[in-house]
Amino acid sequence: MTASLIGIAVIDILLFTFLVITAIAIARLRNLFAVVMLAGVFSLLSAALLATLDAVDVAFTEAAVGAGISTVLLLGTLALTGREEKKPRHSPFLPLLVCLVTGAALIYGTLDMPSFGAANNPAQEHLAREYLERTPVETGVPNVVTAILASYRGFDTLGEVLVVFTAAIAVLLLLGASGKRPSAGRRGEE
Amino acid sequence: MSELVLDLEFIVGHYNYWMFVILMMTGLYVTVSRGNLVKKIVGLNIFQTSVFMLYISMGKIIGGTAPILIDDPDAVYSNPLPHVLILTAIVVGIATTALGLALVVRIRETYGTIEEDELLVLEHEMEFAEAVQGGGSR
Repeated sequence: MTASLIGIAVIDILLFTFLVITAIAIARLRNLFAVVMLAGVFSLLSAALLATLDAVDVAFTEAAVGAGISTVLLLGTLALTGREEKKPRHSPFLPLLVCLVTGAALIYGTLDMPSFGAANNPAQEHLAREYLERTPVETGVPNVVTAILASYRGFDTLGEVLVVFTAAIAVLLLLGASGKRPSAGRRGEE
Repeated sequence: MSELVLDLEFIVGHYNYWMFVILMMTGLYVTVSRGNLVKKIVGLNIFQTSVFMLYISMGKIIGGTAPILIDDPDAVYSNPLPHVLILTAIVVGIATTALGLALVVRIRETYGTIEEDELLVLEHEMEFAEAVQGGGSR
């Protein structure tokens, strides 16, 4: 038990170190192309971390959506807007102070959290056990995540589809409408 | 000695939350302090991904396996519910990212820049010009 805990801790801390280095590099770099590439790296590393946390479905989705589609969208935007970020004029101390205070408050909040990976966490006690016991009997789907997503919480997924549909229409309206007005420029269509 | 072991256990049981908080605050810092709108969106993505990892880590059980049912009756499965919620959140997140980037492209078309400082200056100039025009016609 303790040995496996320490093994997991070593892998996690390694991945965390890479994630933190990537995030700091993103904050410091002003070449936006490099920033976008590092954002893809960040997503891929987080997908690896999610896989070590037993969330294989989420890891797949994060790798496909975060490292794939999101990078493509960001690169498309860069092609239309430009690659260099200008040097910020105001000093970074106030944002830094706000982040430090918020972070300290959040860390103070985690002190009461249940221990990582314990089987008797409150989160593990009620609903999850029900789902795990009832899924093979009621749906026959071996993957419990799929069973919950499609069967037990189908309306959630329907709402998600609605959100994606709305966003797609809004993007089309924002970018497509500019092509019809010659005065607004033709960049949106390219 | 026993106190030290207790402390180590506490740290091993909680360090993951602290790491996620550090990542989250880096994302927040990028979003708040950088003027470039594309970089702000990248910062939001970092923030969002660390919240996802925080949720998933709460469902993990040490010694458990992914919640895909196998024949072994003694198998321990990690909590599938956070996985489902975060799957939905990832897809909604990419939808909002796409919308934000579309807005950035439109802002660039209209104002010719995506730097926050320059946008504020331009907006002030436009307001000033409107006020002068309104005053002159009356």
